[in-house]
Amino acid sequence: MNLIRRTVLGALAALPFTGLTAGVSLAQDTIVLGEVNSYTRLPAFTEPYKKGWQLAVEQINAAGGIDGKQLEVISRDDTGDPATAIRIAEELVSKDGAVLIFGTFLSNIGLAVSDFAKQKEVLFIASEPLSDAIVWSKGNKFTYRLRPSTHMQAAMLAEQAAKLDAVKWATVAPNYAYGQDAVKAFKSELTKLRPDVEFVEEQWPPLFKIDAGSTVRALEASKPDAIYNVTFGGDLAKFVREGSLRFLFEDRDVASLLTGEPEYLDPLGAEAPEGWIVTGYPSTDITTDEHKAFADAYIEKFGEAPKTGSIVGYNSILAIAAALEKADSTDTDALLAAMEGLTVDSSPTGPFTFRAADHQSTMGAYVGKTGTVDGKPSMVDWSYADGADYLPSEDDAAALRPAE
Amino acid sequence: MGFYFAQLLTGLANASSLFLIASGLSIIFGVTRIVNFAHGSFYMVGAYLAYTLVTLWSGSILGFWVSVILAAMIVGVIGLIIELTILRRIYHAPELFQLVATFGVVLIFQDGTLAIWGAEDLLGPRAPGLDSAVRIMGEPIPEYDLALIAIGPVVLLAIWLLFHKTRWGVLVRAATQDREMVGALGVNQAWLFSAAFVLGSFLAGLGGALQIPREAVSLQMDLSIIGEAFVVVVIGGMGSVSGAFVAAVLISVLNAFAILIFPQISIVLPFIIMAIVLIFRPHGLFGKPGSEKGAPEEPDQPLALMDQKSAMVLMAALLVLALSPLLTADFTSVLMVDVMVATLFAVSLHFMMGVGGMVSFGHAAYFGVGAYGAAMAVKFLGLGMISAMLFGPVCAAMAALFFGWFCVRLSGVYLAMLTLAAAQILWGVTFQWQRFTGGDDGILGVWPAKWASSDKVYFYIAFVLCVGGILALRRVAFSPFGYILRGIRDSQTRAESIGIDTRFHQWMGFVLAGGFAGLAGVVFAFSKGSVFPDSLGIALSIDGLIMVLLGGIHALAGPILGAGAFVLIEDWVTRLDYWRFIFGAIILIVVLVAPDGIAGGIQRLLRGLKGGRA
Repeated sequence: MNLIRRTVLGALAALPFTGLTAGVSLAQDTIVLGEVNSYTRLPAFTEPYKKGWQLAVEQINAAGGIDGKQLEVISRDDTGDPATAIRIAEELVSKDGAVLIFGTFLSNIGLAVSDFAKQKEVLFIASEPLSDAIVWSKGNKFTYRLRPSTHMQAAMLAEQAAKLDAVKWATVAPNYAYGQDAVKAFKSELTKLRPDVEFVEEQWPPLFKIDAGSTVRALEASKPDAIYNVTFGGDLAKFVREGSLRFLFEDRDVASLLTGEPEYLDPLGAEAPEGWIVTGYPSTDITTDEHKAFADAYIEKFGEAPKTGSIVGYNSILAIAAALEKADSTDTDALLAAMEGLTVDSSPTGPFTFRAADHQSTMGAYVGKTGTVDGKPSMVDWSYADGADYLPSEDDAAALRPAE
Repeated sequence: MGFYFAQLLTGLANASSLFLIASGLSIIFGVTRIVNFAHGSFYMVGAYLAYTLVTLWSGSILGFWVSVILAAMIVGVIGLIIELTILRRIYHAPELFQLVATFGVVLIFQDGTLAIWGAEDLLGPRAPGLDSAVRIMGEPIPEYDLALIAIGPVVLLAIWLLFHKTRWGVLVRAATQDREMVGALGVNQAWLFSAAFVLGSFLAGLGGALQIPREAVSLQMDLSIIGEAFVVVVIGGMGSVSGAFVAAVLISVLNAFAILIFPQISIVLPFIIMAIVLIFRPHGLFGKPGSEKGAPEEPDQPLALMDQKSAMVLMAALLVLALSPLLTADFTSVLMVDVMVATLFAVSLHFMMGVGGMVSFGHAAYFGVGAYGAAMAVKFLGLGMISAMLFGPVCAAMAALFFGWFCVRLSGVYLAMLTLAAAQILWGVTFQWQRFTGGDDGILGVWPAKWASSDKVYFYIAFVLCVGGILALRRVAFSPFGYILRGIRDSQTRAESIGIDTRFHQWMGFVLAGGFAGLAGVVFAFSKGSVFPDSLGIALSIDGLIMVLLGGIHALAGPILGAGAFVLIEDWVTRLDYWRFIFGAIILIVVLVAPDGIAGGIQRLLRGLKGGRA
């Protein structure tokens, strides 16, 4: 039996040697960017995101690249597992020659990669994860975050919620770090603005396994004046349907995080709730020149309107390009120096800056109400909330971070 | 009063949905003894098909119900195709091997639905005619919930009539009790199996189709339901349809009331109920003794010691592995550490399943406890890397000592499900107890000590620990203790009759396997620098199970080959688009070509070659 065994073992043992050929493919006239995200785990959000960065890379390369060098993104699927994400990050940096890493959606994967970046001393731009911990309690020198965080978006909602008459609030949020952060931030921000409010009920359904009927009934039983919702995706659809069937939303105000994002609002179709205060992205309704140019190019390339993920992906590349230009080098130290206080002057959502104190970008979000336009759910009465207005001062934020 | 009654009705409506999917699973297991992971995929496909059909005939009451039935029937046909082309060929494979095939089907369906229906969630229309709520005792109750409450018992009644009043049903029940006997009496088993599989798939499809008016159809539907469906089947007793009904009601109603008092409980409640039921009723509520065993199979060939030539090949392979960091790029060493961790994990699971005869669906629990033990030792106790590496496996062994005491009282699938419950409860605690474990934000900064932080140095640490662990477990398998475990596996009665304390030995085997899984977890934690609750989640337990079964459960080399193949193929294939489809297809091919696992397949090939030469 030895022959085959030897062959198989030999083949297995030889596999490591395939690594030998690596590292030489790096041509002089390209800059390799490593990208990792949960493409199979959360395709509804990561597919538009991928299209967003693809468009930006194409445009930058068509305009001559960075200093004559073309951008090349090596994109990998982390399968929704932090351990796999780390292995891929390692491969991107040590084998593929990526000068930095960007991407990730799930907060735990974002945190895992940021810790990896710190250990291996490589720049990581967390595009999508919302967790406050990434820039504050577990922030580090090598990690920057683009998307407005849970805290920022909750504060935007709290500002609007404070204008309501509602005093008794109930909350419903998926039972994991994002939901917990979102409820905590909303409570503290709203209480700051309105010391008279009280929170009478909390529901914590498991993520993507909400027992919507029972949850709705439990909320109803507390007779709140208003509801703060953090559920999204499939949970949101179930919650909205069961809630409206059981008249939960009659005569009640609802503030709802991320519900205005097309990823979550569009699938609700005709059942999309009316008049909820939401954060989100009104997509093609935005009429600034920069956004119009972006949206037109996006629609032309992909045949669909951009979603929140698209804008995040697009802005990620804009930020990276700005950093590369400012640094005039692909060296990590130079890139880190460039990222500190880096301003992107022109993006579809307006200018934004990566704050030196806590590495959070000031990219904002759109706050408005849900409504129906031409039979399709959309955001109405919206305005752009600049992220800078919803962040603690740089000194306060720096105090939230661990000492370097 | 009205409020609590309404809450009860909400619970009952959920119970009906849960029952439909669980009943199909129970029937399939009862007759064919297949642990069908793909059942959740049937449920999901049923929902997607129904969505398409319902939107096609939108608005009419008849159209809605015809769509639902039609979707379920299509799923039944899909089930038939899978049974005929794949499962039928591997009924004689070792126990639980069919599970690997259904896992491949899950992967293929995940990408298939993504390709056909797209990534966005699809919210179907409400059920025509049942689209609002009625007031009962002043509380609004959706009409569709009332319909569901009626549908559950109606389906139960239909299945009961089918099983008790038709000849086919009598044969199915007979096959559930004693397949050999039914076969001996001249009944065509193949036909019976296909029919049972079709019925089961139909019910899963029906369950999915009936969800259209309640939830958005999404790509997460398959995995979010399958765990709970298994729990329901096990609480009710494997193969007992009425048991599944009672269990579904129990879980759903308890959940409806529990979230009023303790909203966070939902994530582990079904598993807590299952653990309690299994501790007091080892065969579930209505299961019969013997319902836990898989198909009767040939007893294992006794393990043979390696001959000299094989030993030399093994040493050569180890030497090549040991020298590989000198010759290859850094990243290869990182990948090899992952392979070694997975291999030690698979070998420890194989020690439990293959040597000890105790199937585990929750082995990741001990891997995760080891990883968390080490991480917490670093964070809270300030231990160095080496002492933390010792501390982790001890934690894992302690956890195994505790849970093992309960688990070894059971056998077969019930034992497996209790290990799953233990793992899920541990996972729930880790996930929820944020102050202590960091919740799902995990514990960061668990990197190796400075001297060991280079990829190559860490490779050698992992090499020593993992290869050492694997050799130690191999040594134990051939020790008197190992012989006793194998004896108990092959015949518990005979082992007992010669005076062996079978439970104690199995318990110790459980602890040993847990401790070595913990060792793998420790190496893992330091190689990744962070630990998250995923490291004790179901997904990892299943991965381990697939590695062991795919590699071949009857050979000590099986888990090594299985783990190596699994990790390397996954690493390669995830670079491609639609990789889950490709990965699933590869698994199915291996399953069909080598129904005795990779190790068994290689052995057969070798025997064939030798025969050819002679």
